[in-house]
Order: sequence, then C-alpha cells, then structure tokens
Amino acid sequence: MPSSDDEVDRIPLSARPEWLDVRPVPQDDGPNPVAPIAYRDDFRETMDYFRAVYLADERSRRALDLTTEAIGMNPGNYTVWHFRRVVLESLNADLHEERDFLDRMTMRNAKNYQIWHHRRWLAEKLGPEVANKELEFSKHILDLDAKNYHAWSHRQWVLQSLGGWESELDYCCMLLEDDIFNNSAWNQRYFVITRSPLLGGLQAMRDSEVGYTTEAILANPLNESPWRYLRGLYKGDTSQLISDNRVSELCLKVLKTSNSCQFALSLLLDLLCYGFQPSEELGAVVEALRNSEQDTVSSKLATTVCLILEITDPMRSNYWAWRRNNLPSQVC
Amino acid sequence: MNEVAGGSLPRSDSSVAMESSPPSSSTSSPPPSPSDGPRRLTVTQLEQLKVEEEVFEIYRILRGIAPHTQSFMLELWRDTHIEFLTRGLGLLGPSYHVLDANRPWLCYWIIHSIALLGEPLHSELEDSVVEFLSHCEDKYGGYGGGPGQMPHLATTYAAVNTLVTLGSDMALSSINRANLLKFLLRMKDSSGAFRMHDGGEIDVRACYTAISVASILNVLDVELVKDLGNYILSCQTYEGGIAGEPGSEAHGGYTFCGLAAMILINEADRLDLPSLVDWVASRQGVECGFQGRVNKLVDGCYSFWQASVACNKSCNFTTGETGLDGNLCGAGTSHAKIEGGLSDFGFSFMEKQTECGPLFQSIALQQYILLCSQVLEGGFKDKPGKQRDFYHSCYCLSGLSVSQYSCSKDASVPPPTRAVLGPYANLLESVHPLYNVVLNKYYKSHEFFSCL
Repeated sequence: MPSSDDEVDRIPLSARPEWLDVRPVPQDDGPNPVAPIAYRDDFRETMDYFRAVYLADERSRRALDLTTEAIGMNPGNYTVWHFRRVVLESLNADLHEERDFLDRMTMRNAKNYQIWHHRRWLAEKLGPEVANKELEFSKHILDLDAKNYHAWSHRQWVLQSLGGWESELDYCCMLLEDDIFNNSAWNQRYFVITRSPLLGGLQAMRDSEVGYTTEAILANPLNESPWRYLRGLYKGDTSQLISDNRVSELCLKVLKTSNSCQFALSLLLDLLCYGFQPSEELGAVVEALRNSEQDTVSSKLATTVCLILEITDPMRSNYWAWRRNNLPSQVC
Repeated sequence: MNEVAGGSLPRSDSSVAMESSPPSSSTSSPPPSPSDGPRRLTVTQLEQLKVEEEVFEIYRILRGIAPHTQSFMLELWRDTHIEFLTRGLGLLGPSYHVLDANRPWLCYWIIHSIALLGEPLHSELEDSVVEFLSHCEDKYGGYGGGPGQMPHLATTYAAVNTLVTLGSDMALSSINRANLLKFLLRMKDSSGAFRMHDGGEIDVRACYTAISVASILNVLDVELVKDLGNYILSCQTYEGGIAGEPGSEAHGGYTFCGLAAMILINEADRLDLPSLVDWVASRQGVECGFQGRVNKLVDGCYSFWQASVACNKSCNFTTGETGLDGNLCGAGTSHAKIEGGLSDFGFSFMEKQTECGPLFQSIALQQYILLCSQVLEGGFKDKPGKQRDFYHSCYCLSGLSVSQYSCSKDASVPPPTRAVLGPYANLLESVHPLYNVVLNKYYKSHEFFSCL
C-alpha cells in the first residue's frame, strides 16, 4: 500500500480550483464486471481525472502532477507511466527533477517493471553524464537486496549504453567477498569479463579467471555458482575445456577431499562426454566412490560417474539415469 | 493411496522426498574451513538455512504420524480452494488497487485454477467474464490491464488464455484476431524481439506472450517470427538457463518463456539444450520444490515454470542418442518443412510420443506443493511464512498438474495412481505445458481457430 501515508491531508481534486474545468471520466467496467476492486474514493477520483486528461491528451503541468499522484497510488499502471513520458517530453520538463522523483519511487517499489523501464528511458535522455549516478543508485538498491533482478538489468544497460566500466570488476569482487554464494554477482562478473571494453574479452581473461574460480570452489566445493562459472569460461570451446589440466585436476582434488561432490562429478561427466581421457588416478578415485552395494559394474568411467550421481544426488536421479542412457558412444 | 509418506516403497521418487530431511543443502553446509578457522555464514546461507528448517519441520511432522493422517495431510483441499478462488471473482477489497492494471491476469489466475480443479463456472459468470474482457480490449487490438488502459502483451496473453479456458463459441469468437495480429506486429521490434506495449520494455516475457497468443489463435506468421530466435538465443546464459535480456542472469520464469516460444516457432534446437536441461534439473532442491535461480530460495510458483521445462514433453527435445551433442528429435527437429502453418507447432508438440520420464522428482515436488505451499483456508503461497495469493495459486496448481502427468506418455489418459501423491482424488486436469491452459480447452480452441 504505497500511498496511504500521503493521503491523510489530500484535498479532493473536485475541490481544487485548478481542476474545476475538467469533467472526470468514470471507468467503464460494464454492467457485470469480474473481480471488481472496491476502490477507495481518492483512488477512484484520481483515476477518473487521469482518464479525462489522458483522453484529451492534455500535456500540461497539472497533468504531470496528476500522474505523480496516480503513480503514487499504483506504480504498476503502465498507461499512466507512458502518458507521463509523453507529457515530460512535451513540456521539456527538468529531467533531473524527474530523477529525484524516480529515486523515491524506486526505493519504495524496487521490484516494479514500470519504474525500472522509466528509469532506463530517463537515463537514456540524460546521457553519459548520469552513468556514475545510475551505477551508484543501483548499488544502493543492491545494498538492500544483492539479487534484485531489475537493478542488475539496469546496471548492465547503463554500462553498455552510458559507460562506467572502470570499477565494475572490483564491485563484483567486493560482492563476492561479502557473499560467495551470490549468483547474481557471479553473473555480473561473467558479463564484465566478456563484455567490458577495458578488458580483453573472455579468452584474455580466462587464465586469471580460472585461478579465481578454482580458489572459490576449493573454499566451498558445494557452491554451485563457481562450478557453472568455470564451465562458462570455456563456453564454445570444449577442446580447451578438456585440454586444460587445471579443470580435471580441480575435479580430482575435490573428489579426493570430499567423499562425494555432485558438482565435481557433473563436470567430470561433461569432460568425459567431450572426449576427455582420464588419468589412472582419477579413474581410481571415482571407482572408490562407487557404492560397494551397487551391483552394476561398468567398464565406462562415464557410466560409473552417472551411477554414483544417481545414488548420491537423489533429487536428480532421473536426470543422471537419463544422462547415463544417452552417453555418446565413443565415451570412456 | 500412496505409501509415500511412510517411505515403505522401494527406491522411488517418494523416498527421495523423505530422505531429504536432515538439513544439509549445498548452501547451508558450512564451508570446509581451510586455514583461517570457522567462517561466518553469508546472507545466502543464512536465508537458505532458515527456509530449510521450516520446510523440514513440516516433513518431520509428516513422517511422525500414522499413515491415515498422512493421507489427510497430503490431501488437496479442493472445496476450500474453489471457495477462495470463486470469491476472488467477486468484489475485491481496496488493497487490490495495486493490481488495477492486471485485471485480466486476475481473471486468468483464478479461472485457470478453477478449470484445473475441474470445476465448471456458472454460465452467467462465464458471460460476465467475456463481457468484462471485451471492455479491456483495445479498439486497435490487444487487451489492456483494465478498461481504457493501453493494450499490453502480458494482459493480452492473460485475456486470451482466459477466453480459451472458458471455451464457449461466444468466448472464442469475442476476440478480434485481425486487430490482435496488428497489435502484435506493432509490438515487434527491429531486433526480432517484442516490446510489452507502445514504448514499453523489450524482454523474453514479451516474446513468449506474443508468440503464445499468435499461435493459439492461429495467426502466427513469418513476420512475427522473423529474427525472434536470434534474440532468444542471445538470452541463453553461460549457466544454461535463459535470462530476461541478453547478459542478465538465468531465471526460471524466463527460461520457460524462452523455451516455450522457441518450441512454438520450431527453433528450440538452436538453443544449447543439454546445458539448459542440466540447469533446470539442478533447480530442484532439498526442500523438494524448485528455486528460480542458482542459490536463491525455493518458491512454489517455479513448480510450473521449471517443472514444465523439465517434464517429459520438453525433454523430448533432447533425447538424441548422442547425449551432450544434443542430436535432437521431436518437434524441435531443425528446419522442418512447415506444412500445416506456423501455428501448428503447439499442436504437434502434444502429439509427439515421449521417450523418457520427467527429469525431476515429481513426487517430491507434489509434496512441496501440498505441504509447504498449500493454505488450508484455500489458495497457495510461495513458501511457509508467506501469504497466499492468486498468482501462486495458479502456478502451484499448474505445477501440481504438470507433475501428476509427468510420467504419462499421453496427457489425455489419466496417470497411474503411483504418479499422484496423496489420495487419487488429488488428480487435476492436464494442461498444455506451452500455453498453460487446460488441455481439453486447448483442443476445443484449436478446432475452433483452425477452421477460421
């Protein structure tokens, strides 16, 4: 209920002199509306006046103020937001003022599509001069909820459209240091290393990123995020994935220390499917993980990996069985 | 009933659900402290632990009680749900003003839920719905969030699916298809994607809702499809799932939207399906429900968004014999000749015989929905501690239906008792998983629109 506090001293529009010439337009719900809402009087009145100015296409200061009131009552009304943009453009309004209004609205409704879309429109109008302010603002929202999807999308749009890449990798590091399980921060890290014009792209970054990711995995082998990130570092380049010893050694190291890690086994399975030739040591470590009660013995290491996963990762037993039944024929 | 709760079945889905009780998930296990001693838990770990505790407490209760009481606990409270839902179509309180631009959604969430429960609507009420939605229809095509509001793709999807669910000739013929196509073409962006409304945001949601309505109304054409696959492809992330926009994080809702849209335009094989399937299979957690993103909390609504991707129908696309190479079969076969018209891929999807069972634990998911999302006073919620709402009611019930039929080769045949957790009377109507409308309603509309 975003508006209730503001409504205490509200003067009805019908009692305001500047609105005397306007005839409110009631909503045409038809004779038998479904799921009708028992609007409060102030809401109904505001929307009736909004419909009047919207239908008259009245691009005036009072129309702008009216959209402020209507948005305050229901920030999800995209028609009101759309009309507000039309009016702002016609009036050549001060868009910095608009930014202040939007900051307040976003703080109260951080997960609203319309608000973030409006913000993107506004930042595009204001141009690169607001890049840092926009990054700062999204950081402020992410301080409250580090996984806010809209805030991350906005941040990526700002970086790509307005710039401000300089400290983005540091920002990712900071968030991951704070919470290494924050998958949104991992995603942003991938975005930066693959798209920042200041870094050399995925191939140039791969080496150092594999080091960073390996360390994160060894500290928390049951954290899925860095495992997926590690695969992502070799996206579209499976030959590198299977030939980079650091990947298979990581799997080996994790499997030796934790008695079963689904993420290590899962990555190993992918390696094998891509044609990786396992060392004798790796094969022995996997064999040792096999439950002695399991009667199925297989000469294929990939099959063994699937069988182990079917037992140790029961929520995905169907999936691992399906993988086992669909192994490429040439796999060891 | 199933002996699920007692765990007396041999290895089956059900034992999984019960085994998961000791709280030890990927994120809650304390990191093995290397040299720097014990570490503090992160925000992600703390929140995850809290949810696990609440969920496992519920499962502990289930395990500790007599079988007949377990059956009672696992019952779907049809009457209270229907009462809660039907009341939602009547006068809603003033606090619903925040949904004033989502009124066709309210219609869809509620009417689809009632249809899943197999409950007919009174014919006067049906007429009222048709009439009300026509008040939301824009004179130039498409449906807005309420009377007099601009047309919007999401509310257009909700309105069309509601009318398909009603299924009468009056409901189906009330849609101005020619204008609707014009609206869709107006929302098409030069990138190939769609925007939600005039001047609105572009994302995978907009792409799905546009393609879904065009397909179900049999107006899908080459111009609507042009370059769309490229856009959706650019939204698949390194994780395997699909994001709302290129660069964003893989997300359950957008993954459903992206995959369903790709299947409907017959371009699913362009996606990296092995990594998509791996990502989605990994989203079912120890709580037995699905999370929307890696290291996020479980939420009942993903019971539909994720499970419908992991159900056998969708995995049909990846049952190639070469595993990771993803040699695809089924309706996703590349560059198939379009014979019956572009709108027919949704129809042929249901005709395909599926080769494998679901890639998730169906019984476990049903357990989460019935015990953790179900509200005894009617309706469903995200997770324990949250409030019920119509959105979660719709997607928990849709997910429950997808689960119950997930082992069936043919969704028009009732599934075996073992596929339904709790009393067999829990069985819902089956859905078309790409449009999320009740299957027999879909067939009725398909017949109606293919003659036009």
